[in-house]
Amino acid sequence: METTSMMIVGVGGQGSLLASRLLGTLLTDLGYDVKVSEVHGMSQRGGSVVTYVRFGDKVYSPIVTRGECDCMISFEKLEAARYASCLKPGGRVIVNTQEIDPMPVITGNAEYPGDVLESLKAQGVKVEAFDALTPAEEAGSARAVNIVLMGRFAAGFTATKEQWTAAMEKVIKPKLLGVNKIAFEKGWNLNI
Amino acid sequence: MKKLLIGNEAIALGLYHGGLGLVSSYPGTPSTEITEFLSKFDDIHSEWAPNEKVATEVAFGASLAGFRSACAMKHVGLNVAADPLFTLSYTGVTGGMVVCVADDPAMHSSQNEQDSRHYAIAAKVPMLEPSDSVEAYAFARSAFDLSERFDTPVLFRSCTRMAHSQALVELGEREEKAPKEYVKQPQKYIMAPANAIRRHPFVEQRMKDIAEYAEDCPYNRVETADSDIGIITCGTAYLYVKEVFGDSVNILKIGMPNPLPEKMIRAFAAKVKKLFVIEELDPVIETQVRAMGIDVTGKELFPMVGEFSQNTIRRAFGMEELPCPEAPQVPGRPPMMCAGCPHRGMFYALAKNKITVLGDIGCYTLGSAPPLTALDSTLCMGASVSGIHGFLAARPEMAGKTVAVIGDSTFMHSGMTGLVNIAYNATNSTVIILDNSITGMTGHQQNPTTGYNIKGDPAAKVDLEALCHALGIRRVRVVDPYDLKMCEEAVKEELAAEEPSVIISRRPCVLLKYVKHNPPLKVDSEKCRSCRRCMGLGCPAISMKGKARIDSTLCVGCGVCGQLCAFDAIG
Repeated sequence: METTSMMIVGVGGQGSLLASRLLGTLLTDLGYDVKVSEVHGMSQRGGSVVTYVRFGDKVYSPIVTRGECDCMISFEKLEAARYASCLKPGGRVIVNTQEIDPMPVITGNAEYPGDVLESLKAQGVKVEAFDALTPAEEAGSARAVNIVLMGRFAAGFTATKEQWTAAMEKVIKPKLLGVNKIAFEKGWNLNI
Repeated sequence: MKKLLIGNEAIALGLYHGGLGLVSSYPGTPSTEITEFLSKFDDIHSEWAPNEKVATEVAFGASLAGFRSACAMKHVGLNVAADPLFTLSYTGVTGGMVVCVADDPAMHSSQNEQDSRHYAIAAKVPMLEPSDSVEAYAFARSAFDLSERFDTPVLFRSCTRMAHSQALVELGEREEKAPKEYVKQPQKYIMAPANAIRRHPFVEQRMKDIAEYAEDCPYNRVETADSDIGIITCGTAYLYVKEVFGDSVNILKIGMPNPLPEKMIRAFAAKVKKLFVIEELDPVIETQVRAMGIDVTGKELFPMVGEFSQNTIRRAFGMEELPCPEAPQVPGRPPMMCAGCPHRGMFYALAKNKITVLGDIGCYTLGSAPPLTALDSTLCMGASVSGIHGFLAARPEMAGKTVAVIGDSTFMHSGMTGLVNIAYNATNSTVIILDNSITGMTGHQQNPTTGYNIKGDPAAKVDLEALCHALGIRRVRVVDPYDLKMCEEAVKEELAAEEPSVIISRRPCVLLKYVKHNPPLKVDSEKCRSCRRCMGLGCPAISMKGKARIDSTLCVGCGVCGQLCAFDAIG
């Protein structure tokens, strides 16, 4: 099969590393060749972070560039817009509508833009926007936003819930597994 | 069994399975995880050294004692370790020795974009460079054999994209390697002129021998295609070439960028009509291919700056850009100091008093960002402390309004020697040690000031106050950076003092697990007059939506903003 390109984007500290490891583990279990590119170091301190996940029969490049991304999972609204040019025309974006102000907005040097998702929709991007923070909090932790979003992606992907659960058990610490399983379920069952 | 591994874990497992006995490193993105992964094995010695020079010399000592050893560092760390490296090239090894160095094209987390391949050429040692985790494991595993066979340390180059990308790796088992017996060999290991003069010709011959070996070794290979185009490539650039061209062009994949296989290159060049070299950063291979008298295209088409991607290759070959949506203009999101970061209070005190601040390498480099914009310089590890001495020797009239700031780990790395110089050569310098009791930016590694070793076991703890006294500084005081008044007083008093002084701004990193957080603070919107004073801290938890607002998911209750509020609106 052709290589599928995905991106997980968000704000440093939102758990994109865990989400990408979950996805990478699942795809490995499914028998794909997989490459995942993570971000460590300075940008993890509240900066914009992007993780690439690519899978298929044989994957070479670990990164996703302009016009290549089939599906983007964005943990924050603004970040979906920032990386939009990586999407294929008609590509899919699963986006948390939570707004986290970047420093230029906090300091009053810029405004948080209002209509970014509308602009993507107008260009034919398939936008699935919802508040992932509330279901994460309901599951027991605001930090489970990442897994709620993965649950939403999982609901439309060709792996069974058992396969996802097995992958979660491999990458999530036992102590945090309970909350994350609930968060995953909430994402999986979302009606939007 | 196949396992999804980041490059650094693959390097670590390759070294371990190749018979590693000791690893000593200093943390540095993107190399840090190599040593972190190795520290999980209890049958080898692992440690964080105070700096890369020490780490490399520790690995040397273990090699001398007959053990297979390694050290790992980021590209700029190799500058620090260059001194032992250049003479290690002469002594060679007893147990195999691998020096892992991780470059950072695009400077994801670095102060420059230097290309470590130059070191391999300059120090006259072989260098291996994998493209992905699969090669990282295989190359690292075999690097000790290469080292012992040719009596040389081996440089092992990676880059951010390789180090932090995962690929599926087929893993083997650990090769138990009995250490070689220790035999005193003064002519090999005492590099005084009489011996070094004899070792230099050995080094020159060795590099010729390795160049011969490079012609038929597991690291370099040709991929043949029915095409007039030939591409010589190396490292991650190979992946982008394959992504774009697949099997449709001839490729000479270089896994050992030093020394280059000249005959292989000549034969490859002779087979193709148009030859390209595609390599990130400097034209290291290209320059050597040109020197062979071979016509080649390289840096005319491919940038010398930043990281490549498949798009770099497409663009250079004039291929059409892929269609894509237009991204709306959005504000940038630079990294910043965390909510509750103990560095913030001290930086606020410095910025408020318009102090000139020579900075250093660590999380606190983020103090340069708006709104604090507290820093005047950042050069390299330790340069704040050495630099302020030179600055004030040149401009003594600035002594009352200039400080150096340096973290605890960076002070251990190379701040101490600068402080000795301040005391010895007597400038009225004020040095602030931002002691957050951890190596922060690289992701929380222990260091000699934390009281714990790499495995988290209790260890000797450097007493910073006593150390500064011992280095010749009489005025040493400790402040709590959550107490703005205390910070400001200390800065004013020490700047006014007629002798050098050290202020230790001490509070553990707010992200450390053992640090207890206070309940989040709230803004009383009746009392808030929207004066924006609290916004001057640049705390990500505070925003202004008409009135000040505190994000309860981010706030750790450090209370610094409350000390600023003139209307008692935060509590």
